[in-house]
Amino acid sequence: MRQQRWLGPAMFIPAILYIVILVGVPFVMAFVYSVGDVKVGSEGYHFVGLHNFASVLKSPTFLLAVRNSFIFTISSQILVLIGATMLSMALQEAFPGRRFFRFLILLPWVAPVSIGSIGWKWILDSLYSVINWVLVRVHLVKQFEAPVWLGEPKLAMISVILVHTWHMLPFATVILLAGLTAIPKDIVEAAAVDGAGFFRTRFQIILPMMLPIINVAVLFGAIFTFTDMTVIYILTRGGPYDSTQVLPSLAFFTGILGSDLAEGAAISIFLVPLLVIAAWLVLRSAHRAEVT
Amino acid sequence: MAVVETRRLTKVFKRGNVGAVVNVDLETREGEFLVLLGPSGSGKTTLLRMIAGLEDPTSGEILIGGKVVNDLSPRERRIAMVFQSYALYPHLTVFNNIVFPLKAQGVDRAQRQKQAEWAASLLGIGHLFSRKPRELSGGERQRVAVARAIVREPSVFLLDEPLSNLDAKLRASAREELEQFQKRIGTTAIYVTHDQVEAMAMGDRVVVMSQGAVRQIGTPADVYDDPADTFVATFLGSPPMNLVPLADVIVGFRPEHFLPAGVAERGGAHLSYRFQISHSEYLGAELILYGTIQGGALHQKKVISRIPSTHSAGLTDGSAHTFAVAESDVKFFDKQTEKRTAPRSLS
Amino acid sequence: MAPRRARTWVALIVTWIVRIVFAVILGFPFYWMLITTFKRTSDLYNLDNNPFIFNERPTLEHLRLLFTETLFLRWVGNTVFAGAVVVLITLLLAVPAAYALARLTGGWGAQLGIGIFLTYLVPSTLLFIPLSRVISLLGLQDSLWSVIVVYPSFTIPFSTWLLMGFFKSIPRDLEDAAMVDGLSRWGAFVKLMIPMSTSGILTVVIFAFTLVTQEFVYALTFISTAAHSTVGVGVPTFLVRGDVFYWGSLMAACLITSLPIGVLYNTFLDRFIEGFTVGAVK
Repeated sequence: MRQQRWLGPAMFIPAILYIVILVGVPFVMAFVYSVGDVKVGSEGYHFVGLHNFASVLKSPTFLLAVRNSFIFTISSQILVLIGATMLSMALQEAFPGRRFFRFLILLPWVAPVSIGSIGWKWILDSLYSVINWVLVRVHLVKQFEAPVWLGEPKLAMISVILVHTWHMLPFATVILLAGLTAIPKDIVEAAAVDGAGFFRTRFQIILPMMLPIINVAVLFGAIFTFTDMTVIYILTRGGPYDSTQVLPSLAFFTGILGSDLAEGAAISIFLVPLLVIAAWLVLRSAHRAEVT
Repeated sequence: MAVVETRRLTKVFKRGNVGAVVNVDLETREGEFLVLLGPSGSGKTTLLRMIAGLEDPTSGEILIGGKVVNDLSPRERRIAMVFQSYALYPHLTVFNNIVFPLKAQGVDRAQRQKQAEWAASLLGIGHLFSRKPRELSGGERQRVAVARAIVREPSVFLLDEPLSNLDAKLRASAREELEQFQKRIGTTAIYVTHDQVEAMAMGDRVVVMSQGAVRQIGTPADVYDDPADTFVATFLGSPPMNLVPLADVIVGFRPEHFLPAGVAERGGAHLSYRFQISHSEYLGAELILYGTIQGGALHQKKVISRIPSTHSAGLTDGSAHTFAVAESDVKFFDKQTEKRTAPRSLS
Repeated sequence: MAPRRARTWVALIVTWIVRIVFAVILGFPFYWMLITTFKRTSDLYNLDNNPFIFNERPTLEHLRLLFTETLFLRWVGNTVFAGAVVVLITLLLAVPAAYALARLTGGWGAQLGIGIFLTYLVPSTLLFIPLSRVISLLGLQDSLWSVIVVYPSFTIPFSTWLLMGFFKSIPRDLEDAAMVDGLSRWGAFVKLMIPMSTSGILTVVIFAFTLVTQEFVYALTFISTAAHSTVGVGVPTFLVRGDVFYWGSLMAACLITSLPIGVLYNTFLDRFIEGFTVGAVK
């Protein structure tokens, strides 16, 4: 058994080191940068205190990005939640073609999101949008007044939210499906015998029993949404007039394209509070799973 | 008018026929405790689930209170059911579990409270009202499940092996309690079990099922003492009835009726045989003897005897003794159909 | 009250409506990619044409353009190469780590496991700025190797977490028996646990690989030369020349990239979900 004492650490330390170097160190560096004056190309580092944060907080673009981040995350997660709950209930029972449906429904999540977004960019094209073609044909709008989906601030926001919802919905659906499958058949049958109808069974029995798993889906969904910029980068680049700028995309434009590493880091630091809350919730749900 | 009746009720499954039900005719009597007994896969649970409306019959009719209910959903059948797993709603407190059926019926709040308290007091679980199911012991869960079933005073009470999740000791007391309870509220109950002891102890009548068909319906004494066929004869009783195939008929008698000559004499005609004991099992209160009969119509047939330990003197392995069985305790079964046939002479 | 049969029909119809509506919305972009791929440019850009059907004869021109005049195949090759190396690094580090945390470390192994999983939640959009510095210090800027080095930082945490669950589900008795029979702990791991976990390891291979194909932010940040790009960044950024979108070829690239990954991923989906829902479903 003496062998075991060093074998364990020897087996997991390489992995931990890798993560520490490529996640832990940059994580700390992000904080260090945010209180310094690093720029791309400059070598030196001077401590500037909270200067970057002060200048970020004064920027109207930043405040807009914070607001957009919350609008983007909250609305897409609400839509995802409603859609995923309906869809998971509709997919739970076996039916002919279930595997094919599952594959089709999963595609938006499994296909690279940048690729899926390009597909939408074509669907939402300013001139050749198929949606507009339909709207014109059914006489909802006139040919030359058709909406410019990605070119008007409000519509652009709605578009990125919907496309992101499209991307995240499958993920939440499969997680909820896992939760649904875990509900014992007996319970649903007991509800039927006890006289509960379609809606009472769904709202008073199934939905409350799914709550823990819904929490998981929303938690991960919210983290992935709040920290993602892919859909927005592809569809609008944060525009028009920063109307779809969110924290991650602003950090990218400032820190990487704008070469102001320090200010970019300061912006992305604002993601941290949300992550801390999320981590705490994950730990709590993991802990609760152990207790019960 | 019977509370529950089935007419040529049949259920065929697409995959395999385990649990299928074939042409079952059944009629409950007012207030009785009817037990469906059979080995696993005999269709007893399927039958119960069809009565509950959880399973659609392939053909045949189900009547509740004289009305065909085939097309009614479970909620419209005014039945209550206790599941094997109890199926308590894990997110609701005991109180909310119990009042759930009442809420579904639209009973008002005050009435709900009153009925829940009534049900809880019958089962002695009033102090558990604010607990969640996972904080209860097995026995408590079973009572909550029963309370939830009776709270809206159903016309019939269906129970699917509700005691099988309890440990052996608790099961005996829960069995008695449940039986007493049913007598007190007087609601017709249909109870599914594979445990013959439960069936004998609790049932007013027992329905013995095998391979989807009803083999016999009768009081526990009927099915035990007068089995309709060899299946019933061997399924009930432990050790099972001795079945001795002869040229044209199968002869059966229970091990406890095959006793040493001195012990057995009680008047009436007896058949006496020389019984060669090959080995024995001592079970405390009783002794199980395995051996063969020497001479007579049953020569060289293997049989079992079960006698009270108090009469075991001298019955050692390898010894031979005269044993006897009352003629009235000997049953005859047709060799082809395995059904009971008229008694005949064995000498 | 309506007979049960009638109400079952209503429920059935409602359920099918939900299924079909969602399938159409979720699947539509892929149908759109498909039809755009084979449409003639003149058909695509004629607003009088019904866009849902072929108004002119289908063409393979967009595919030809994609395969012969763009770097698409190069990007596919880059992605496959990067994926393979990342998978290798991930397996070498995550498999032993998962085993050690599942079996050799007692209670705090589980804590450490959760800790590692949490690092999966640290987003690329927080780390990309400092990492871009690290990458240039390593001399890897604008090289495919930059993402090869960085990607294991998120494939290792998730794979370790998945494999921990997998190892825990193998009965301890088996290893005890192997060790009683004369294997060392390491021997039991190599000769018994790894062969027994092939399906778990295969799952990790698929996930590490698909995560690489799906990643966008790091690849966009670290690589600026088209020839070094991966498919996920190359298609949406370098297939666009200035402001001109070659929609036909673009959609062809999207379709060709999405479908194989979709099929691959779908096969191992259930395990992936287990990784997220562990504990919450019980």
